[in-house]
Amino acid sequence: VSPSDLFIPLVITGILCFGLIKGVNLLETFTEGAMDGLKTVVRITPTMIFIMLAIGMFKASGGLDLLTVLFEPVVSLAGIPSQLVPLMLMRPISGSGALAVFKDIIATYGPDTHVGRVASVMQGSTETTFYTMAMYYSVTQVKKTRHTLAAAAAGDLTGFIFSALAVSLLMR
Amino acid sequence: MSYVIGIMIVLSVVFSLLLGRAPEVSGAALTSGVEAVKMCFELMGTVALWNGIMRVAEKSGLVVIIQKLLSPVTGLLFRGLDRRSPAALSAISLNITANLLGLGAAATPMGLEAMKELDRINGGSDRASGYMIALVALNTASFQILPTTVAAIRKLAGSESPLDILPAVWVTSSLSVTAAVGTALLLSRVSKGGESGESE
Repeated sequence: VSPSDLFIPLVITGILCFGLIKGVNLLETFTEGAMDGLKTVVRITPTMIFIMLAIGMFKASGGLDLLTVLFEPVVSLAGIPSQLVPLMLMRPISGSGALAVFKDIIATYGPDTHVGRVASVMQGSTETTFYTMAMYYSVTQVKKTRHTLAAAAAGDLTGFIFSALAVSLLMR
Repeated sequence: MSYVIGIMIVLSVVFSLLLGRAPEVSGAALTSGVEAVKMCFELMGTVALWNGIMRVAEKSGLVVIIQKLLSPVTGLLFRGLDRRSPAALSAISLNITANLLGLGAAATPMGLEAMKELDRINGGSDRASGYMIALVALNTASFQILPTTVAAIRKLAGSESPLDILPAVWVTSSLSVTAAVGTALLLSRVSKGGESGESE
């Protein structure tokens, strides 16, 4: 048994035991919270359908392949292996899509090569930005997200550039 | 947001005609709704579970302890929120904790909870508040201590040491969080001018 397998059960039992000691009615409190959680998901579902429509169509259109060709020169200039462009394009919009691209890169180039390592760091240190943003705002009445996209893009770009730099500097 | 989605859809149609992939795009358009609902269905399980667990943490006072521990960070990123909405701050503290522990499934419900509360103190405005932008920025570039999925895939692919990427992941993800949140705070400061939901 690895320690990471024990982690989630420990967190859950820890919280529940602390509640028990403090005299919290566990069943009532848990179901109350769970019900609110269900309502939240129902509320975000319509937005998710719309977002996934756009992402699904875009992925199927082959647009990513065209953008890959466009971005390759820019990416090489930043010191990032150009084989990683598909991952960088997919990472912000689709978690499952990025995972598939990542697996493909690892299978093609191997996990312990420079390309494989940079891909691993990239995949491990960035998030599905666009999707997260859409989900978070879907529970609010906000229509103008102002500089949210700029902030998120700054984070992603930094993540992409520094994954290549960090691998070069920290891994021999 | 609506613009980005609109542009994506228009581009997909253009690309699909150029590249002769209209059938694929048409198929994707038809199945995407089903996919989205499937995903939300799965999300229901994890969000309900963690929302329930976290409600226990709240009622028992555990959250207050966590909140105190994180107050140096939250005080800096969400200045004045402790007075405006303690409920939002406690949800944010749990969201950050879950992210740090690598419990993405637990981070999402807490983040959504915090957004609802921030929306309430934003007075139904259609403009995002500085708090919201900071919270979303934090979550679009969340810090990961142990990227378990990546490590598992590396191991399966025969990596000699699947976890040797950790130091690089830590450096990179802390820098990307700093960049995202830094940009959010900086632009919030620049675009001030009596907006709603802002501190001070």
